[in-house]
Amino acid sequence: MDWTNPYVNAGLKLIGINVAFVVVLMIVAYTVLAERRILAFIQGRLGPNRVGPGGVLQPFADLLKFILKEEIVPDKATKLVYFLAPIIAITAALMTIIVYPFGPVVTIPFTDISFPLVIARFDIALLYVLGITSIGVYGIALAGWSSNSKYSLMGALRAAAQMISYELSLGLSLVGVVLMSGTLDLYGIVEQQSGWFGLNWNIIYQPLGFIIYLISAIAETNRVPFDLPEAETELVAGFHTEYSALKFALFFMAEYVNMFTVSVLATTLFLGGFNGPGVAQFPWLGVVYFLGKIVFFLFLYIWLRGTLPRFRFDQLMNFGWRFLLPVAILNVVLTATVMFFFS
Amino acid sequence: MITGLLFILFAGMAIGCAISVVVQRNPLYGAISLIGVFIALAALYLTLAAPFIAAVQVIVYAGAIMVLVVFVIMLLNVEEEVNRPLRLRALVPIGIVLAALLAGEAAFILYFVGASVSETINAAASNVGSTSSIGTGLFTEYLLPFEVTSALILMAIVGAMSLARRDRMATPTAAITGGDSTPGALAAPINLRIAGEGANAEFSTEAVGRAMAQEAIRKLDAKKQRVEEE
Repeated sequence: MDWTNPYVNAGLKLIGINVAFVVVLMIVAYTVLAERRILAFIQGRLGPNRVGPGGVLQPFADLLKFILKEEIVPDKATKLVYFLAPIIAITAALMTIIVYPFGPVVTIPFTDISFPLVIARFDIALLYVLGITSIGVYGIALAGWSSNSKYSLMGALRAAAQMISYELSLGLSLVGVVLMSGTLDLYGIVEQQSGWFGLNWNIIYQPLGFIIYLISAIAETNRVPFDLPEAETELVAGFHTEYSALKFALFFMAEYVNMFTVSVLATTLFLGGFNGPGVAQFPWLGVVYFLGKIVFFLFLYIWLRGTLPRFRFDQLMNFGWRFLLPVAILNVVLTATVMFFFS
Repeated sequence: MITGLLFILFAGMAIGCAISVVVQRNPLYGAISLIGVFIALAALYLTLAAPFIAAVQVIVYAGAIMVLVVFVIMLLNVEEEVNRPLRLRALVPIGIVLAALLAGEAAFILYFVGASVSETINAAASNVGSTSSIGTGLFTEYLLPFEVTSALILMAIVGAMSLARRDRMATPTAAITGGDSTPGALAAPINLRIAGEGANAEFSTEAVGRAMAQEAIRKLDAKKQRVEEE
């Protein structure tokens, strides 16, 4: 078979996209279950454990329930935008899958077919992820506006303000890594971290950038302690108050896919991606390292949710603009200065 | 062949969305259409081998500026806008004339300039749109225009801030609240709504509450005084 033929190549990419899609959605489904079980453990409860052994089939039961629930559309909602909003949210969340570097160049066992475990490599992969995720804000903003409910609108306004504010610190925290690597291609950035038996990670050179990125990423995904857009005690459920059945599920999935995306970025940019001891000898080990690091970040998210209280809105804005942004700029200046004099 | 199909698809999307921006009476639909225009333009840049420009187009225009526009529209009463009769009808014929002029210019370029340009593009197509070449160009050959543009944008930001804050400077809040409150205190409730923009306004709940209470007392006193005078 001719691998360089554009049509064969496009077919392979389609297969890759479908496989990655299923993998990401399965991880998302089990993140939800893990979140419920771990939160229950933290709070001294049991959590869902009835569907299947230990509750492992719970995500599928939930999905079935979401599909079969009655769909309630508010009478005065702006229908077109109301239907469009969850589609924008989930599409923007899932479109980033194509640049995830899942693993190094691997060979399928017993054949000599080998390829890198990434769907698309291109010059601007990092900017692509940032651009697509910034489109995701519209899903939330339009959902809140079109529902014609004060809780939804307040949630949407908060979400939009928060995501614009923290996007700046998030972008600036990545500039340090980009300065060091000299490329925006995620796969290329991961490859550069393969020294020292796969432990030459960017976090060693960019500890400040990593911390800023982690905080901004949690704020970007609207998770505890930055979950003001859906603060239950004030806003019922925030921007998705008026959504039910599968549309609610789409927002829910979009949130978890976004968590996955920022975990992928943290892993690839700061924690060496698929690199680790032994990857050079056994390439498939890279996939294990990659997913293991992501599971660590997802656990961190759940852990934070179980332990931290919520910010007040003025604290959130003060923290973002008066502390995080200046520190992020300082990090860029420091990195640039050091790069200028020592390389 | 595929490039041509993509061009027709995205150019059609851009034109359709652009017409929708003008025709829509609902400002939010207009804004959403404008986002469509920006995304279609980004796709066209991609087919023209300028991925960096495409990404920046999406991040800056679709992802940041339009979010702010949508944000402001969300706070408006859209129903009122939809039902309001069209103002300044004289602008319609002027608009049609300008559109005809633009179409004429485009046709002129297509038929008289187009043939000679296509060769030079092919010659330089190798790395002209890549991120590193744009960065190198910006900071070496085009450094002066780049810096001047930065200064211009900075001036625009400072100007917008000073315009937005001018009324509040004039209010006697600072005099009333004494030294423990900044002039921005009254603005804080507004800033909470358009949060993020007026970053250095005072956000402390206590100061906001005190300022608002004092402002209310002041107004009440003024009203009482007026009533007594009458």
